[in-house]
Amino acid sequence: MWGYVTVGYLLVFVVVFAYAIHVLVKGRSLSKQVPPENRRWM
Amino acid sequence: MFRDAALVARKDLRIEWRSRVTTNQVAPFAVLVLILFAFALDPDRGVLQRATAGLFWVAILFSALLAVQRAFALEAADGNRDALRLSGLNPAGIFLGKAGAVALELGALEIVLGIGVVILYSTTLSGWLLLITTCVVATIGLAAAGSLYGVLAAGLRVRETLLPLLLLPVVAPVLLGATRAFEAALGQSTSDGWSWVELLTTFAVIYVAFGVLAFGSLLEEA
Amino acid sequence: MVPAHTGSRTTRLLGLAVLAGIAVVLVLALAVTGPDAVQGDAARLIYLHVPVAVSMNVGFGLCTLGSVMWLWKKSRWWDTVAVSAAEVGLVFTGLTLVTGMVWGRPTWGVYWTWDARLTTFSLLFLLYLGYLVVRHLPADLEVRNRRSAYVALLAFVDVPIVYLSVSWWRGLHQTATLSLSSTISGLMLFTLVLGIVVSLMGFLWLLVHRFRVAWLEDEVEIAGLDLAISERRAEAGIVEVSTP
Repeated sequence: MWGYVTVGYLLVFVVVFAYAIHVLVKGRSLSKQVPPENRRWM
Repeated sequence: MFRDAALVARKDLRIEWRSRVTTNQVAPFAVLVLILFAFALDPDRGVLQRATAGLFWVAILFSALLAVQRAFALEAADGNRDALRLSGLNPAGIFLGKAGAVALELGALEIVLGIGVVILYSTTLSGWLLLITTCVVATIGLAAAGSLYGVLAAGLRVRETLLPLLLLPVVAPVLLGATRAFEAALGQSTSDGWSWVELLTTFAVIYVAFGVLAFGSLLEEA
Repeated sequence: MVPAHTGSRTTRLLGLAVLAGIAVVLVLALAVTGPDAVQGDAARLIYLHVPVAVSMNVGFGLCTLGSVMWLWKKSRWWDTVAVSAAEVGLVFTGLTLVTGMVWGRPTWGVYWTWDARLTTFSLLFLLYLGYLVVRHLPADLEVRNRRSAYVALLAFVDVPIVYLSVSWWRGLHQTATLSLSSTISGLMLFTLVLGIVVSLMGFLWLLVHRFRVAWLEDEVEIAGLDLAISERRAEAGIVEVSTP
């Protein structure tokens, strides 16, 4: 029973954190390509 | 609007009559799907009879993909799409015409597959009113949804692979409803086939309405 | 001074709150709450499954809303919300399906049941996927936005039909449904609700960052286009006059 629970929790957090890192990294690399005035919506 | 629809539908059907793509390619494909199902499932244990409704409609669904692709491939050639846009025809009418032509072609296929199923799967057909109503309503829904995604995918290089991905999830309820209605008509289930027809009608109404309203805008893009 | 990354004070605060929330929920879900009377420890997966499912639905709703707003007001902001919500939503949909499967196996003995919710969610995954595929097709920005907006609307209209038809269909059968069969209350309910709140905050955090990334992607595209246009003009000998 706990095996399933562990797998479930691990999967969710690994995927979420990996995705978060992916988005952050992409944000950094794209930000460098864009002049500061255009970087944000506000 | 309806006059434009008739114009477009007649054009498509005339092209179809002359080129015979539906009769020479799509219908054999549909029958082939039925035959392949027989290979995949055991013909001797009554599986095919019990599964007739589902197999029939899956075959129709796959054929619908081909029919829709064809309907919009016609427009992709020789800048037809721009010609259609500039022709002054009412876009809603174009939608109804295109969808109508596809629906008629699918209807013909349904007759062919109906015969195929009786012969190949030894199914006895019953509940004719329910069968025919289901076919009409499901086909309208399929044609409408197909035409919407068809125009969207038309002109894209990836349209052959994109259309199935977009269309099939959306028409899954049609498959579900039509199969259940057929099962009821064939006496294979005790559920109320006519409630499923109501569902199919709702689907058809929604997607026809969507097409009438949105087709013009979808036709606009390059 | 706009930094060269997508973070800001708001997202930093939000992110910290999310991390704190996750810690609290983990402690509650895995240690403090007891095992369910019926489902045993597997019920702890519900503290994951329901929250991600809620966020998934919010994402779907936002994508649809954003698409409607784009079609209505031609608002670039809303269009960017739509695509960001779709992508983050896709991730959450995948997680919903997977957690559902991981929960289902020990509880019901099967990875999958064709109940209304699971089936609808799996089609939702495919519909989101189709949206994102269409979104990434090369096209003018205006065309791309319009195309994907319609795809989103068509998907939105389809989901209730799918849900109704499947629940009608499967309602005739006694199949295992992915819901808490026992009434939950007290600490378990609190943990669940807290989990939902944390999940929504996490979704929001991801959404904001993904929004900024999408905005940047479009900026790069627009800049590239402007550059190409001015290069063409230079070739043609048209002198660029800049307005003061």
